[in-house]
Amino acid sequence: MATRPLGIDEAAALPGRRAGSSVVAVLARFCRKKPLGAAGGAIMLLILLTAVCADQLQTYDPIATDAAQSLARPGREHWLGSDHLGRDIYSRIVHGARVSLIVGLASTLLGSVLGGVVGLLSGYVGGKTDLITQRVMDILQGLPLLVLALVMSASLGPSIPNVVLAISIPIVPRAARVIRSSVLSIREMQYVEAARALGLRHLRIAFRHVLPNTIGPFIVLGTAQLGSAILVEAALSFLGVGVPEPYPSWGRMLSVSAAEYAQKAPWLVLFPGIAISFAVFGSNLLGDALRDTLDPRLRGS
Amino acid sequence: MKHYIAQRLGIGLVTLVGMSVVIFLLLRLAPGNIVDILFSTGGYVNPSERLAIERELGLDKPIWAQYLDWVRQLAVGNLGKSYRYDLPAWEIIAPLIPVTLELAALSLIISVCLGVPTGVISAVRQDTRLDYALRVFSLAGLSMPSFWLGMVIILGLVSWVGWIPPVTYVRPGENLGLNLIQFILPALAVGYRSSALIMRFTRSSLLEVLREDYVRTAWAKGQTGRVVIWRHALKNAILPVVTVIGIEFAFLIGGLVVTETVFNLPGLARFLVQAILWRDYPIVQNLVMIIAIVVIASNLIVDVLYGILDPRVRYGD
Repeated sequence: MATRPLGIDEAAALPGRRAGSSVVAVLARFCRKKPLGAAGGAIMLLILLTAVCADQLQTYDPIATDAAQSLARPGREHWLGSDHLGRDIYSRIVHGARVSLIVGLASTLLGSVLGGVVGLLSGYVGGKTDLITQRVMDILQGLPLLVLALVMSASLGPSIPNVVLAISIPIVPRAARVIRSSVLSIREMQYVEAARALGLRHLRIAFRHVLPNTIGPFIVLGTAQLGSAILVEAALSFLGVGVPEPYPSWGRMLSVSAAEYAQKAPWLVLFPGIAISFAVFGSNLLGDALRDTLDPRLRGS
Repeated sequence: MKHYIAQRLGIGLVTLVGMSVVIFLLLRLAPGNIVDILFSTGGYVNPSERLAIERELGLDKPIWAQYLDWVRQLAVGNLGKSYRYDLPAWEIIAPLIPVTLELAALSLIISVCLGVPTGVISAVRQDTRLDYALRVFSLAGLSMPSFWLGMVIILGLVSWVGWIPPVTYVRPGENLGLNLIQFILPALAVGYRSSALIMRFTRSSLLEVLREDYVRTAWAKGQTGRVVIWRHALKNAILPVVTVIGIEFAFLIGGLVVTETVFNLPGLARFLVQAILWRDYPIVQNLVMIIAIVVIASNLIVDVLYGILDPRVRYGD
């Protein structure tokens, strides 16, 4: 590799480590090259902090009702107003971050891991297995995501684990496809051939030698799916088959009272929706930037 | 070409059969059968009545026989009956179809008209402020739940213009103008979201094509930018976009599920939600199947269109 003079910031990052490889340096370079992606990362960090510190950030008990404070305007008492039962919108949004993020992360993780394993095995084994798996994935992907999740969560009944399951299943075929395509190219690499020549078992090669190299597409996929998982959760909860009471969910905050009281109390509609859009926007920004950085082949998909 | 279409049709048919199995199994995930669910909401049950209904629904048979019964009924166009209305399902569903079709078509038109030009502009002006602005605009569309966008649009109209969109559905035959006004708002909410995907695809696809040799040749010949981009580059760049528009259609139906509910439009998607909430499962099963058929048909049309537009696809396999 040709040597080039070190930049000032790289030289500063030098002590102890190779230039450009420390976490800080990588992050700094990412922020400089992808300002939008960094903004997305900051948004996601903010939401994560909100979810973790929800108890400290709340100004009221998010599920305590107060008839005297019904539909209070946003102001000093209730920062973002209150709903028809007198529950504080701000505190509910803060706690809603927790529900949205937990459901979003859990379903994305479950769906991507399941899909990843399917994609890994189908791509590695190839042949008829691959063909059949791909057709099954086509079938699952053919149904609109929301329709599939809606039917599943209605059929399973409303509870948080069921919602997670319902949202994760539509993610499986999408994950399987992405991981499979990168496995197909990794499978042909020389080091895999070498591993096979050493007489390693197939399962070991697949999981220990091929799988670690799909981590790039896997991260890209996860970030991209997180946004849509949050959106689907909101839609399911809005329709009344998602996260059940008493957990405050952004989607359900829009459904119960919002439509009825929208004219008298527009803050009921505005703030939870802004919270959803903000979270999804953040994960989309981050996902886009990660995709460009980690996997240029996937650009635009 | 004939061979190609036959092959696509075959794949579509296999997918359809597969989907029917998936849908059938999905609705049987819940413990207990449909009758339990029907009655758990109804309160007191007469055991003999229960048995009669179970027999009528064919629930006393093994599961594979139930599946075959359902498919056989579907094949002759029998969609069963609605337990809530006590009417043949087809009588309820038929009038809903045009509503959903009109909304889907309008949304698709809006998303293409919005997505393709913004994608082209964004690609041609890559990495300028305009490009960034357009990309953020499209990403915002992807980030906002379309049902919320719909609520905000209505809210904005009511509070600033003081005009409330018609609350009850107006048929196009009654008053075409009012009908279009009624549909344009939900179509905007759904179309904006879908346009974001089309825009992103158009942009990346055009960016790739613009780097090709033949485009450089066209520039070298001294042709104007408009001719190079719209006639030479876009012709090739639009092909993958056509596929996306097809996939988009399935995506769009998902968006309709919530949007029809928000705008109170009596379409298939809103009825699906209601049937799910009423636990009218025989209907849900058939409605989802109708959606699956629509999705497969639109994919088939795109595949065939693709074959017509791009000879390479036809002879490829």
